[in-house]
Amino acid sequence: MDEFASAFQAAFQLIVSLDSNLFEIVSLSLQVSLSAVLIASLIGLPLGAALVLFTFPGKRGLVVMLNALMGLPPVVVGLILYLLLSRSGPLGVLGLLFTPTAMIIAQVILITPIIAALTRQVVQELWSEYREQLMSLGCSPSCAIRTLLWDGRFSLITTVLAGFGRASAEVGAVMIVGGNIDHVTRVMTTAIALEVSKGDLALALGLGIILLSLSLGINATAFLLGEFAKKRIGA
Amino acid sequence: MTEIRSILPLSVNGLCFEARGKRLVKEATFKIEAGSRTMVLGANGAGKSLLLRLCHGLLDPAQGTVSWNGDVSFSKAVRARQAMVFQRPVMLRRTALANIEYALKLQGVEKAERADRAYSVLKRVGLGRLADQPARVLSFGEQQRLAMARAWAIRPEVLFLDEPSASLDPSATHSIEESITAIAEEGATIIMTTHDLGQAKRLGTDVMFLHRGRILEQANASDFFAGPKNDLAQAFLRGDLLWWKRKAPYPGGGIEAQKI
Repeated sequence: MDEFASAFQAAFQLIVSLDSNLFEIVSLSLQVSLSAVLIASLIGLPLGAALVLFTFPGKRGLVVMLNALMGLPPVVVGLILYLLLSRSGPLGVLGLLFTPTAMIIAQVILITPIIAALTRQVVQELWSEYREQLMSLGCSPSCAIRTLLWDGRFSLITTVLAGFGRASAEVGAVMIVGGNIDHVTRVMTTAIALEVSKGDLALALGLGIILLSLSLGINATAFLLGEFAKKRIGA
Repeated sequence: MTEIRSILPLSVNGLCFEARGKRLVKEATFKIEAGSRTMVLGANGAGKSLLLRLCHGLLDPAQGTVSWNGDVSFSKAVRARQAMVFQRPVMLRRTALANIEYALKLQGVEKAERADRAYSVLKRVGLGRLADQPARVLSFGEQQRLAMARAWAIRPEVLFLDEPSASLDPSATHSIEESITAIAEEGATIIMTTHDLGQAKRLGTDVMFLHRGRILEQANASDFFAGPKNDLAQAFLRGDLLWWKRKAPYPGGGIEAQKI
């Protein structure tokens, strides 16, 4: 129990003293996860909406696959990406292995299906309500996608935050393709895993507290946005 | 400047609609001329709303054609000259004013003109003070008036109305009817479904009576209300219930449904 308390005390000291090592890790984590969320959103939001509006052969299969990919095992993604990016792999020439870019790619692969599948659900609900009105007003499919994404923006922010939550908490894939290299590819989750194995609980706990705070902040933001949306636009 | 060609008359020929193997609109054929106010009457399930949606291009017919001044392609230009108000108003998640501005934007109205035009029409339906309110928090009656304003703002040549005052109180119904009359006076052709015979009398110049997907009578409104030729239309005007099963005797007048 004493060890636990002293680890907490040391962790708070690291946070309060703005420990450079700690904040370097936090900063890289945010850079990687936010970049991944941005790219995944640019792909996933229109993809999810397009899956509602367009009809084509194999659409149901694609929807089932997208839903299944929400539970994609990170270590498998990491392994496949490792094989692709390793020097002897087909994309080895790009020299991306053990770089933050490889970590971003891994996270994009993991969270794009989440964002696309959740977007599809949000947009499906809106489309069933809006379809006739938008058609009556002469709204084209691309116009409808823009309208539905805009009108569903508050629900979709929650979707994007869910993607960010998954990205920031991810450890398996980024560990494999990033290599957890100090000052290069070490992020919060990989650092926690390493520091625990080394027995440096203070740093691990400090990072854990920040990670939890981020998660809490994300949920609070989603909740407040929902409340704001109810008041502002009656969503 | 080239003169914009009218999309009227509307000519519907042999129009059929099917869903789940059941024919719900049967060989509808009629013509609607510019300036008329056609009331589409019939019991629930008669196919009135389907007929409106088919004419407005929201549904594809199984057979038959809908022709707008000879154009059967339902082009973007034809669509742009029409508007529809639904029984349940669909409000976008934005303010009352922005709902109208959105419709104007789709019509290609210049940004500088949109706000003024939207606000002007909002005032005409008595919602000027609610312009900045989220549309979805307005009452049902206000939302329906807003839906009327949205349709009005785009200055349609043809306005479809699908039971626009269903579930509204007399005051709100009066307001909706005032708007319809004003839109018609501006030159729009009205095609409207209603269950309210009084409303049909007040607003209509022509009547179309449907039963089980088939048009049984089309007439001038005054002739129709003076005495329709069709037995079922007569029963409908008397307020009899048109729900009996095939071959069962009609409770009021001995009409058999197999005549339909």
